[in-house]
Parts: sequence; structure tokens; C-alpha cells
Amino acid sequence: MSEPIEKTVAFRGGGFAPQPKRWIGVAVFIALIAIAEWGTRSGWISALTLPKPSDVLATFQELYASGLLFQHLAPSLSRLAVGAVLGVSVGVAVGVSIGLFSIARSGLVPLIAAIFPIPKIALLPLFVIWFGIGEGSKYALIAFGTFTPTVVATYGAVDNVDRTLIRMGQSFGLSWWSIVRKIVLPGALPGILSGLRISLAIAIILLVAAEMLGAEYGIGAYILEAGSLYDLERLFAGVVILSLLGVIVSAVIGWIERRMLEWRV
Amino acid sequence: MDIRLDGISHSYDDFEVIRDISLTIPKGQIVCIVGPSGCGKSTLLRFIGGLERPNQGRILQLGSPPEGCLNPLTYIFQDFALLPWRSVSGNISLVLEDHGIRGAAAAEIIRDVLARTKLTDFAKALPKQLSGGMKQRVAIARALAVKPAVMLMDEPLSALDSQTRELLMDDLVSLWSRQPFTAVYVTHNLAEAVRLGHRVVVLSRRPGQIREVVDIDKPLAEREFGDSDLDAYQKHLWNLMRDEARAADEELLHV
Repeated sequence: MSEPIEKTVAFRGGGFAPQPKRWIGVAVFIALIAIAEWGTRSGWISALTLPKPSDVLATFQELYASGLLFQHLAPSLSRLAVGAVLGVSVGVAVGVSIGLFSIARSGLVPLIAAIFPIPKIALLPLFVIWFGIGEGSKYALIAFGTFTPTVVATYGAVDNVDRTLIRMGQSFGLSWWSIVRKIVLPGALPGILSGLRISLAIAIILLVAAEMLGAEYGIGAYILEAGSLYDLERLFAGVVILSLLGVIVSAVIGWIERRMLEWRV
Repeated sequence: MDIRLDGISHSYDDFEVIRDISLTIPKGQIVCIVGPSGCGKSTLLRFIGGLERPNQGRILQLGSPPEGCLNPLTYIFQDFALLPWRSVSGNISLVLEDHGIRGAAAAEIIRDVLARTKLTDFAKALPKQLSGGMKQRVAIARALAVKPAVMLMDEPLSALDSQTRELLMDDLVSLWSRQPFTAVYVTHNLAEAVRLGHRVVVLSRRPGQIREVVDIDKPLAEREFGDSDLDAYQKHLWNLMRDEARAADEELLHV
């Protein structure tokens, strides 16, 4: 009789569950900027390839000190706000009606599918003719760009509302309007908010496009002017502003989600 | 208020699910409907509450619902159907709001039904914080809040583990003993049927027809877990159902 072999069972579970680690994201940014700074200073990245990050920062400070920053930022933010509010609110309304009514669904889903893939930038000249070279065409471009993704996200979210909850509402004799207001809309909110993340990112992308024509001030105008002069420091300063805008928008939506979707499992 | 089913038949396209069911649900009694899976028992319950329409036959309400009844035919669902974004009291106030009951009047009703279902301390909790058994208690409290004439219970304990199920059966019995209610109780669990049913209706496999109606005379309050006479009833029901259940199990699914 030999001794029975005793062996610890090897662990083979775990993994497949990524956890957010707070500072790693910041560290990646800092590392990339540090490499760029070191590369441009030591000369293996030429000044034509990439501007020195410290120069970009200096440009940014200049922009802030001269007051030009807010002169560019204010019109951009108002274009973003007006366009996005228009596009998102009409988009949610159309999306909800596609989710609720057969006729709206049959009539509008193919139309949305036809509009969605059109690069909205290509329509800018058309918008200029329709809404004028002023603010109108800029609002329209941003509104139109945020409208389609909002519609698609909203009707998907309405479709995904638990039907048993709607049957429950009917079985207690709730009115149609009560069911929509108290069951369908809150149930669709998570999907609508995650659609909003995409729509608002698209709004920021289109902001630059909207300011290509007939804008004296605005982040987009600033970037385009710097780009045509090959002023890389100013170009990057503008790009950084857009990125920051994106991060802020995403943080605000995250905050709204945490506040309003506390009930989620 | 009694409910009478008069020659109910139904098919989905060519797929016959229910054939000629006539049945009376008398006031103050719990009628259990048991049958193998796919025999159309849940469909029958949806007909009774008006959530679906049968191809043939009629559902009749005999007499008028009691005074103060807000929703005569009220469901309790297998998966609870609570709004996850509303607290326990919010879920109950949902079904009162449409009847114009708000504020102090609503608070009074909510307080009463939460006390009757032993949920007083949980009024502010969200559904995600509650166990399955507690969620179903909330659904029962919500049903009681509209003072139903008939409760339509669709496998209300099937999503719960067996211990919680025993506890909730005791709760249902004590609720009924304090204030008898009328109920149609659909289940596939024969132990629940003999424990809670004054009358057990056995359906055949698809197309569902009534095989037998078994009356159990023993008062609800005297029935207990593991009663030998209840076991005899349960055995009798199982003998009726065994072959049906096997045949139903071996049937190809119609999808």
C-alpha cells in the first residue's frame, strides 16, 4: 500500500470581471504627455510632428489670460446646448412614439435607417441655404446629428421595457397615459441615458463642422484657423478643450445616472 | 361577486389550447387550477381578468363587487411585477393614484395593507433590497389595497424557494381566515393546491379540458404541513395527472 497522494486543488476560477481602478486612467494620460514632452525636448520627435506639451499649455494660458478663451467658448457652448437640446428632445419624442404606435414604427423606422448613415457634415451647405449662414444652420446641424442616435436608442429602450410591468399596469386599470408616464418612460430611462452619451459626443464632433462656415468665434473656428496656419500649439490647445468638454459631458451623465437610476440592480 | 366561465375555448391559429371549459368560482372560496405544463391554465387566468379574449365562450361576473372595491379583478403575478424604481409604498400608491386617492387617504390604505402583510418596517425600501418572499408580500399588499372582489393568482409562489413558500402559504391562510377573499389560484404545485384550495380543478394536457373537480372540505386554518388526509388528496390529484404530465412532457414544443 502506497501513501495516498495529497495535493491542493488548483484554483482555476476567477477573472472575467474587470474592476474600475481609479488612478490608472490618469496615469495613462500623464505617461503619454510625459513621453511626448521628453521626446520633443530631446529631439527624437520633431517639432513638426508634435508640439511640445508645455508649449501647448503656454498657448492655453495665453488664451485664458487674453480673455479669448471665453470669447470662443461661450458661442460654442450655446450652439452645443441649443442644438443638442433640440435634437435630443425631438429624438426622445419620436423614439417614444415609434416604441408605442404601430403606424409611427412602420412609417419612421425605415426613414431613420435612411437618415442615420448620412454624414451630417455633408449637409452643411444645405442647412446654410435653409437656415442661413448665422446660428440657425449651426443649431440645425447639431440638432440633426443628435436626433437620429437618440431616436434609435429611445425606441430600443422602450422596446426593452418589461412587458409584465405593462400588463400589471393594465390589470390594475391604470389609464394609457399613466402607464406611459409611470411605467414606460422610467423603464426606458437607462437606455435613453446611455444613448445620450453617444448623441452628445456626436454633438461635440459636429460642433467643429458647424463652425467651418461663417463663424468668427467658437472652439471649432479657432481649431480650423490654427489648422490652416499649421499652428500646432493652438490646434492642440483647441483639441484639448474639446476633449475636456467630452469628459465633462460624460461625467455629468454618469452623475445623472447615479442619481436617477439608483434603483437598478 | 361570483365568476362564471361559460364554454371557454381558445386556439392560437391552428394550435388549440383550451377546449370547452365551464366553471363557477363562488364568493369567498379559493379555487385552485392545476394541470400539466402547457395546458392553458395561465391563459385561462388571463381570460378571467380580461387581459386576453377567448375565441369562444364568455366570462361572467355574477352580482356586483363589494362596496369600496377599486379593481374587482386583481392579479398577483409569478414574477411579482413591482416597479423597481418605486419604493414599497410607492408601488402601492401607484395603483391608488389613478383612482384619485392621494395624500392622507392613500397613506392610510398603505399603512393598513402593509400592516396586514407584516411589511410596516419596509415602506421605504426599494424592491432590489427585498428577498423574493418579501417582494411577493408587497405584491399581495398592493392587491389588497384596491380591495379586489376576486384575486387572480398566477403561480404566485413558484419563483420562491420551498421554505419561503411554506411561510407565504401560512400568511395567505391567515389573511383568508381573518377576512375571506375569493381567489383563482393557478399552480403546478399540488401541495399548494391541497393546502390553499377549497376546490381543486384538474385540467388535462393540451387542449386543456376539465378532468375532475375535487372539493376539499377541511377548513383552511386546520390544514397543516404534512397532513395525512391532505396527502391522500394530493396523491389522488397526482394519480389523475401523472400520465397527462408525462405525455405533455414528451410533446414537441410548438414554437
